[in-house]
Order: sequence, then structure tokens, then C-alpha cells
Amino acid sequence: MAENLVGSAERAGDHRVPHARGAVGATIWGMKARVLVVDDDPALAEMLTIVLRGEGFDTAVVADGSRAMPALREFKPDLVLLDLMLPGMNGIDVCKAIRAESGVPVVMLTAKTDTVDIVLGLESGADDYVVKPFKPKELVARIRARLRRTEAEPAESLTIGDLSIDVPGHEVLRDGVAIQLTPLEFDLLVALARKPRQVFTREVLLEQVWGYRHAADTRLVNVHVQRLRSKVERDPEHPEVVLTVRGVGYKAGPP
Amino acid sequence: MNLIRRGGRFVIRHGGRVAAELRRRWIAFGVLWRRSLQVRVVVSTLALSSAVVFVLGMVLQNQITDQLLAAKIQAAQSQATTAQATASVALRGVSAVTDDLQTRMANALSSLTTSASDPQQGASSAAGGFVPVLADEQVGLQPDQEVSSGPLNDVPAALRQFVAAGRTGYQITTVPARSGPTTYLAVGAPITVASQPIQLYLLFPLTAEQQTISVVQDTLMIGGIVLVLLLASVTYLVIRQVVRPVRHAAEVAERFAEGHLDERMQVIGEDDVARLAESYNQMAESIQDQIHQLEEFGQLQRRFSSDVSHELRTPLTTVRMAADVLHASREQFPAGLARSTELMVDELDRFEALLGDLLEISKLDAGVEELASEVVDVTGIARSAIASVQGIVGGTTTVIELHVPEPGAPDSTAEVDARRVERILRNLLGNAIDHGEGLPVRITVAGDEDAVAVTVRDHGVGLRHGEHDLVFNRFWRADPSRNRRTGGTGLGLAISLEDARLHGGWLDAWGEPGQGASFRLTLPRRPNTELTDSPLPLDPRDVEQPPVDPEVPTVSVTATGAVLPALVTPTAEVYAVPPVPAEPPPDSWLSSDVSGIDAGPNVPVARTED
Repeated sequence: MAENLVGSAERAGDHRVPHARGAVGATIWGMKARVLVVDDDPALAEMLTIVLRGEGFDTAVVADGSRAMPALREFKPDLVLLDLMLPGMNGIDVCKAIRAESGVPVVMLTAKTDTVDIVLGLESGADDYVVKPFKPKELVARIRARLRRTEAEPAESLTIGDLSIDVPGHEVLRDGVAIQLTPLEFDLLVALARKPRQVFTREVLLEQVWGYRHAADTRLVNVHVQRLRSKVERDPEHPEVVLTVRGVGYKAGPP
Repeated sequence: MNLIRRGGRFVIRHGGRVAAELRRRWIAFGVLWRRSLQVRVVVSTLALSSAVVFVLGMVLQNQITDQLLAAKIQAAQSQATTAQATASVALRGVSAVTDDLQTRMANALSSLTTSASDPQQGASSAAGGFVPVLADEQVGLQPDQEVSSGPLNDVPAALRQFVAAGRTGYQITTVPARSGPTTYLAVGAPITVASQPIQLYLLFPLTAEQQTISVVQDTLMIGGIVLVLLLASVTYLVIRQVVRPVRHAAEVAERFAEGHLDERMQVIGEDDVARLAESYNQMAESIQDQIHQLEEFGQLQRRFSSDVSHELRTPLTTVRMAADVLHASREQFPAGLARSTELMVDELDRFEALLGDLLEISKLDAGVEELASEVVDVTGIARSAIASVQGIVGGTTTVIELHVPEPGAPDSTAEVDARRVERILRNLLGNAIDHGEGLPVRITVAGDEDAVAVTVRDHGVGLRHGEHDLVFNRFWRADPSRNRRTGGTGLGLAISLEDARLHGGWLDAWGEPGQGASFRLTLPRRPNTELTDSPLPLDPRDVEQPPVDPEVPTVSVTATGAVLPALVTPTAEVYAVPPVPAEPPPDSWLSSDVSGIDAGPNVPVARTED
């Protein structure tokens, strides 16, 4: 069963397939990018479909949280738009279920401005969030930022801490053993590894990894650094790969 | 002598210290007296019972002394009668002329003392031992002419006169002797058998009685002290029984007040203290219930806010998206439809702002908001608030001047929630721009020891009398017909006021018709400190001259020192002029004419000419 899940994850998440390099459009390798909309409000879902189709995305809609996982396996989206309040299955749980199978980028739609809810959503694995009511342009910008993949030099290989990163192969290895990362976590790690001496402020990381033009919520960075550490550090309490520079930001650990 | 002088110096040197120490002790005792019921009751009991025991002891002692003396006197008198008879026999017919009075008297005395067991102690009788004295004294005779036998000098003169007059009497007298003063009961009686008056005195030493009385005194004193101490300790123990539960109750109530709502008193037995505990517990129970209920209400309110937020925002998002889709292709629409689309998008912005503000104020009302306080520079917050209103400044002639604390003056750091303070300042600035009629808006930051204040001053139409408080009312508008640029929701100042209160700060307004308005935000530097004063006056006219004439543009200086008309630079950052006198009056440190313009410390400074 576990193997089955991993297999479907690779198909569904599809994160090993290099996406359009530097593409800002809705196509990946000439194909329309696929967005799965998980939202129980039919009007909003339809409106999202209209806007996304207008921007050149291929969309599918599920209204029920419990049907999100089958749709994910079937539709194999490049990105999931996930409402946090859902019937059937809570958005947070859906997000966790998606993360258990796949690294597909997840953007939360949330009406809640409460810190707790946003942090909970990010901790459950969402890559980014958009607060309702949002403008269509804002949403599309966030989706495109998540679909834009890190540009890789041919055969670029990096080291960070005791990890080696095969950038085109989208693979992180420790002692020859691969570590599974979501595309966002991979991008975060690569951003740090490419400039090993530089200290990255949270704002710089938001711009480089998330594609925010101006200062946004730095909790995004904090939560994802925690998630990344839980996967790549031998002891997340004493990080050696992603180091905190107190009062400034983060930097790569020495190789 | 030397020792005394040294002692005097010692006393002078240490006297003050001792006095201070005594005063300190006395004050400490006063505090203890006021605060401890136990001390008060025990000390009062000690004092009162001491008084009672003292009085009782005195009465007892007097009683015993009187009784003893009365018995002694009676015995002595009967002894004296017997002795009188004996002496009368011995002295019958004696005459100073015919006989050797001295010898006769000695014989008479020896006959009186024949029964004495111990000659040294004189004679003894039922009244105890005594010393007999015989004397021939006549009234008016010179004292040295008398003839006497026995220690006549020990007999008091008053008694001798009394007896010489032919009467019987007694007196208690103390005679100094080599072995210390001895008290005697002296009884005197005249002997009339001779041709001349002869007096007989019997001196009964009262040593035994004195000893008895001193034993009684000692007993009474020790007994009294022991009794008083016992009473005090009994009081202490008894009062402890009462005070301990009371103190315990006080402690429990204090902990309860601190928020430990599960704190209860122990109910032991069925006495009054137990009843107190029981009713206290009932009260605590009901308070706890009420608080829980309120907390639930708060949570419900919060849930409600959150639900409303979600329920309203989802359809609003759909509408917003639909409107934006229409708006994007409005060129293809006929003029009326295109304009409708524009109106719809604009009003949706307002709707969103209103929804946001409503949710914000409902959260503030529910009291569920918490401060995310950190130590920040309020001047920095003011700068970012100014930056965020540049969008609505654009297209107006409004100039925003920022006056920051002079270097050396108290800085403007405070432990505040930067997001909320920026929101307050944004609201105040938006308000000032809305109502400032395009005239300069001045934002001044200042600090003192306990507080940081920001005033936002405009030179618009101002406020009419009585509107200072109304401006903070929800959805209150000074003049509905007035042109608004920021599209304010009518909740901005109300939210700002709540935010200021959340910080324990003040937000107040000043305005005069035609003279503009000024809003002052005062925040304590540290949370939970009571504000008593603001670093800035509310009435801006206290510190400024009449507003700058709009026709004469304000001159401001860029970082390079070039002088530019103020209208070109939207924000002129200006230092407040430092106080010239060493001790400035409290409100005037911010001098009226703005002279130093922030262009670096060494850059020449341009003056604003009024």
C-alpha cells in the first residue's frame, strides 16, 4: 500500500519532471498547466475556473475535501488551490494528505486572517496562501510564482552541509540516499546552497523563492525552513544545513 | 571627667543614629500594628490585662498591709496597756527632786523587759518584740533637759508631743540605723503615778511585717507578670485561630483575583469561619461561572467574527473576481456599462475596507485582541505610515511634515504593537488629508520618560465645539457633504481609539472652527504603566505660530542641502527646535518656528519664514 502511494505520488506530484524553465505562462512544455481547485462554494469555484481558463490554465474542481485525493491522483495537477474550510474533510487535513503523497505545490485560499490558522495551514504543508477577498491578478501571480521552476544550469551540482544537490535531476542526496523534498523546499535549499557565504534575509527569500515583489508575510519563510529542517537535518534542534543567523535570516551550513 | 566627656561625644556621635533606628523601629511597628490584627489584639490584651493586674495587685497589697498593721497596732496597744501598768508600779511615787530619776527609769525598763527572751531584741510579747523607752517630758520644756531611758531619739517628735500632753497614741516611723533604716510602730502612753509626767513608749520593729509584705508584693508581681504573659499567649493562640483562616481567606482571594479561578477555601467544621469559607466558595463559584460564560461569549464572538469573515468573504471574492473580469474588458462595453463596471470595482474596494474594519472592531469589542508588543521606534512607524498614505496624498497639494525628536532629546522608542500603531497613524493621516483642505499636515513625534506621543495636525476646517469626542463615534461624519479622498469607512477613528486603549494609551482630539484639528496619540513606553501626562500638548497652538500661508510654499531641504519648494517634496522631515533655556516650560520645548530641517547634522539649516 505504501509503495502504491509513493508510486502514485510520483505520478501525481510529478515533481521530478522539470517544468517550463522560467516560464511565466500557463503552459508547461507546451502543455497547459493543470490546476485542481478544491472549494465548496460553487460560485467561487466557477469564477476561479473562468479566470484560470482565461489565463490559459486547465482546471478541475472538486467541492468536497474527501474527494480531493482521488481527484489528485486522477487529474495529476501541477498545482492545487485549496480552500481551508471544506465539508467532508478539513482543508488542513486535505493538505496533510496531499503532502503524504505528493510534493505538488499547494496554495491555500483562506478567509481567516488569524495568525493561528495561517500558520497551521503552512505547517500542514501549504506552499503559499492567498487571503480572501483577493484580486484575480494577485491569485494568478501567486499561482505562476509557484509554477515557475528554478532555472538549472546543465549538470549543476551543489553541496550544502553534508548534502549534495543535483539541480537538473531535482535530487538531494545524503551519503547516496535520496531525501524527498517538495519543489518549494527544494527551491529554498537551492537558493541557500547557491550562495553559501551569503546570509539571506526572510524578505530576500520571499522574493527569490516565493516570487513576492514586496515584503509579505515572513512567517511563510519561518514555517518552511522548519519543514525543510525536519527533512534534511540530522537533528532539527541543532541544524547544520540551514543555519539561523539571529536577527538577520538564514544561511547555508558549511559543507 | 574625661570619661564623661568621652561618653558625651559618644552619645552625640551615636545619638542621632540611635534615634533614627528607634524611629525606624517605631514606624515598622506602626505598619505591623495597622496590618496585623493578631499583633493589635495581643498588644491590646497585654496592655489592658497589665492595667487590670496592676490595679488588682495594688488593692490586694493595700488590703494585706492594712490588715497586718491593724492587727499589729491592736496587739501593740494592749501590750502598751500592760506595760503602762507595770511601769506605773515600778515608778510609783518617783520624783525628779527626790529620786535619781534615771536609775528608777532603768529599773522600770528592766522590769518591762524581764520577759524578754533575748535581751538584744528587747522585750517580746504577743505583739512581737519591742524596745521600751521611758522619758519625762513636759510640754514646753527644753528637749535637752529631759531625763530618759532607752532610745528616746527613735521616737518621733510628733508622738512625743502628743503623749506629753497626756494622751495615748501611736505612730509608724522609720529610723535610720547603721544596719539600714528600720521601721517601727511606736506606741506611747503617759504614766501619771509620779509627781511629774513620765511617758512610756514601746517601739515595735515592723521588720517581720515588712518582710511579709515584700513577699506578698513579690508574689503579686510575679503572679501578675505570669498572668499577663499567660493571658497574652492565650490571646495569641485564640486570635490565631480566628486570624489564620482570615489570612488564608485573604490569600485565597488574592490568588483568585490574580486569575486562579479554581482557588477555593477549605471548609473545616461548621463554625463561623467555615460559614465564611462556604459563602466565599459559593461566591467564587458564581464568579467563575460568570467568567466562563463571558469567556464563552468572547469565544462565540470570535467564532462569529471568523465565521462572518469566511461567509462574507467567499461571495465577496466571487463578486470581486467577476467585477475584475468585467473591468478588464470594459473598453468593449458601451459607455454606461463601462462606467457601471468601474463604479462596481471602486465600491467593492470600499466594501472590502468596511468589512475589514467591521471585523476588526468586533474583535476589539469582544476583547479577544492581544498586543504583539515589541520595542520599536515610533518615529519609524510614523515614517512607514507616511509612506503608506503617499497614494492618497498624490494629486493633492498636501505636504506632510514629520517632526522627530531632536538628537539628545528623549527618543521615541516604546514597547508597542507596531502594526496597530501604524494603523492608528495611517487613520489619523488619512483623516488629516481628507479634512486638511490641501494645507500642510504636521506629524510630530516626541517622548518623555514614561510616554511617547504623536500628534497629527491639519489646518483644515477644524472641529466645532463639542465634536472632539464625537469624532471617535462609529460612522460619525463631521460634514456628510465633504469631499472624501480616502473613502474612509467611518470606523477608522473608532478602531484607532480602541487600539490606543489596548496599549493603555490615549487618543484625543482638538479642533477649532477654521483653525484645523489635531489628534494626539500618547502611548506608555512600557505596557501596563499608567499614563499621567503626555509629552506633547493637545492644543497645538501652545507650541506653534499661525499656520503657514499656503500661498507661500514651505521651504524644505533635501539630503544634499538643496532648497526646494515644499510642494515638490511630499515629506519634509524636520527636527523640532531644542529648548533654548535650560529649564523650559513643559509645553514649550517644541518651539514654534520650525528651523532645523533634517539634512544631516552638519548641513546648513534653512529657516522657515512665516
